[in-house]
Amino acid sequence: MIFKKDIGLLVLILVVGTVVAIINPRFLLAANISNTANQVGLFGIIAIAQAFVIVTGGIELSVGAIVAMLGVLFIDLIVNGGVHWALAAALVIGIGMLMGAVHGALVAKVGMQPFVVTLCALLIYRGLARYYTEDATVGFGFGASFPTLEWLTAGRSELFAPIARLFGHEGPTIAVPHTLIALAIVTVVAGVVLHRSVLGRYLFAIGKNEEAARFSGIATARITIAAYVICCGLTAFNAILLAMYTRSISPAVHGNFYELYAIAAAVLGGFSLRGGEGSILGVVLGTVLLQVLQNLVNLLGIPSSLNFAVMGSVILIGVLADQQFSRYRQRSLGRARRPRDRPAGAPERPGVDVARTDGAT
Amino acid sequence: MVPPFLELIGIRKRYPGVVALNGVSLAVRPGEVIGLVGENGAGKSTLMKVLGGVVAPDSGSLRTDGVERAALTVNDAMAAGIAFVHQELNLFENLDVAANVFIGREMLTGGFLKLVDTRALRQRVAPLLERLGCDFGPDAMVERLSLAQRQLVEIAKALSLQARLVIMDEPTSSLTIAETERLLRVTDGLRSDGVSIIFISHRLGEVERCADRVVVLRDGAVAGELDRAGISHAAMIRLMIGRELKGNHVPPGRPPGDAALEVRDATTGAHPGRTVDLTVREGEILGLAGLVGSGRTELARALFGIDRLLAGSVRVAGSPIDGGDPRAAIERGLYLVPEDRKRCGLLLDFSVAQNISLPSLRSHARALLVSTAAELRNAQRQKETLGIRVPAVTAAAGVLSGGNQQKVALAKWLSMKPRVIILDEPTRGIDVGSKSEIYGLLRALADSGVAILMISSDMEEVIGVCDRIAVMHEGRISGLLERPQFSERNVLHLAVGAAAAAPELEAT
Repeated sequence: MIFKKDIGLLVLILVVGTVVAIINPRFLLAANISNTANQVGLFGIIAIAQAFVIVTGGIELSVGAIVAMLGVLFIDLIVNGGVHWALAAALVIGIGMLMGAVHGALVAKVGMQPFVVTLCALLIYRGLARYYTEDATVGFGFGASFPTLEWLTAGRSELFAPIARLFGHEGPTIAVPHTLIALAIVTVVAGVVLHRSVLGRYLFAIGKNEEAARFSGIATARITIAAYVICCGLTAFNAILLAMYTRSISPAVHGNFYELYAIAAAVLGGFSLRGGEGSILGVVLGTVLLQVLQNLVNLLGIPSSLNFAVMGSVILIGVLADQQFSRYRQRSLGRARRPRDRPAGAPERPGVDVARTDGAT
Repeated sequence: MVPPFLELIGIRKRYPGVVALNGVSLAVRPGEVIGLVGENGAGKSTLMKVLGGVVAPDSGSLRTDGVERAALTVNDAMAAGIAFVHQELNLFENLDVAANVFIGREMLTGGFLKLVDTRALRQRVAPLLERLGCDFGPDAMVERLSLAQRQLVEIAKALSLQARLVIMDEPTSSLTIAETERLLRVTDGLRSDGVSIIFISHRLGEVERCADRVVVLRDGAVAGELDRAGISHAAMIRLMIGRELKGNHVPPGRPPGDAALEVRDATTGAHPGRTVDLTVREGEILGLAGLVGSGRTELARALFGIDRLLAGSVRVAGSPIDGGDPRAAIERGLYLVPEDRKRCGLLLDFSVAQNISLPSLRSHARALLVSTAAELRNAQRQKETLGIRVPAVTAAAGVLSGGNQQKVALAKWLSMKPRVIILDEPTRGIDVGSKSEIYGLLRALADSGVAILMISSDMEEVIGVCDRIAVMHEGRISGLLERPQFSERNVLHLAVGAAAAAPELEAT
């Protein structure tokens, strides 16, 4: 499950982290690490969700809008509707999966383009979220209290110190956010599903070459729909975590751009938007890198308005470097493989000649 | 006689494992129509690629207007006035006729704005269309035109390039009789304007009707030429064949059993209105011969459920299968090794083992988790039975040679108890050694009781390997040959739809 790309990404994270820590030692404070970890937990699951769709060669743009709409719905259900939070969570995740089934069916059965389907979904869900609350902010009223739910979703626990104490040591006192634990569990499960299960193999096969997958007897439509169901179901789960983290949701802006964070993390993690490539561990590392960058902007005193610009530049450079590297590797491989394949007298690259003169006429 | 303006001298071209052209010489004089005929794989398309500057010959030379060269570039070919009307037309459906004719060479107006001068385009195109007798104007949208009309647009494009030689590759294969007649009249008109034509066709009647001279290719060499007086159906077929192909047939090790695959009244989208009836018995290799475009691949796809049959029924071992879903076919033990290995048969980036296990992945899994060990064991077993030459089954399928890739595509199905295997051009682009290995594998499979339907355009293969041959012509089975009737001549007669013309199939 560990790929070369993942190691490259890990090295990049360590380098960036070291540089930041040297410039501003506060980076390594327990509180800062714990907060950054919480952010990673909050954004990691939607990135993993996105990965399931991207691996099939699709894209899910409605992630942010789902986060807003289902977040609003969840809070409204438990605060104003008096529904038990566990039931409300199950309901919200169920609706999310249903949304995924619709997106998937439109893509795989009707044959619409994933970009179009999910772009429309984005607009619809965002609109519905705003209509549902009449554009008002939804939050926990005075005195509303859900201790178990809050502990589960937004709490933090000391994990390292007690374990270390068992072995008679003084462990580091870092409060591990439960969102990070949730991410860890999702990562393991998603990693096993994508990299070890039959479904995962089918997803990669469809992303690489849907035609060949069909000729091998894979139910390509059903598997594609499953990818969207998993994606939107996980997104719905994440919507609950985010709702409990922010505690108040203004439906016009909550979750804005989250689909892009998710896509960015997946791309950093080695997923190709053409499908068929990538690793779950890579997505998580991609999320970590994005959050470290965000943290870097804060700690190094860079104006926070430059936040997006920094993120965009790093992703661009990272993907560019990766591409150049693999092209270089391929070229040296190709050179080693067939040095004497070309017929004598034939132009080295026949295409070049044509292209040049075509332009001149 | 007018001297030729284009000459090919001793053109040779090898591809790995195949000699596509073996010393072909050809001269084209102004204003003559040359019929170019030959079986599938005789070297026609490679020769055309050499003329178009797409493929450089290994040896030999080309002379255009007295200038001798080792190879043409695409631009040399254009400058020499060579134009193509391809089987698959290369037109932009979303543009009008005038824009298509002058695509990439638009006349401009508006100074630095560089706007397309639509009016000038149309004025230039209109007389060309008139010359060809077109019933549509330069502003007609190509998407509204019929195939025959689109062909005329291609020819107009060739004329606008001052073409002196128009090469038509199977131009009539999808035309109605009336449209064909009109196209032949257009070729007459071009000839009298001094434009030369190379007319490639499997339809010998049309070649007979329009050609001044016929060049017959066989096995990458010119088998013979016929002048106007000597052109006849029989003479062309005699030149196209001419080998005795029989020696290497391995007889089946068991008598054929019950019908394993029964196809009744099957109609595919390629030839609506035509029906196919076909029976393949257990333990036999049935060859499905025919020319390119006769509907064999479409039939195979529909039998496997990739496409839906428009009509008809398919039974495997007596029980019917639902169309339109490969999984229904797979469940009954009917498998397809498709023609296009790279696009449909294999996932080139997946490892050999992953490719082999893909259709049967569930049986290599426990609790829906793939057991890599079971997967590798299966792949290793198949590698040994089929003799797949790859250092490790974890290598990507894309790095294998064509023959080994084909073995992998076959191996996918072998662990799944096949009843019927359809192979579409299983040895295309494969070297001789691998070919005979694959033939051996197919015979062994048949002897184990599997029914094999092998689509092949390779005459040697069809005659050498199969126990019976069904020949397909324009969407129906035009004849069924038993072993004593096997001959290239009989297959070819049925393939060009000339069975009625031939008095009877001669037993050889």
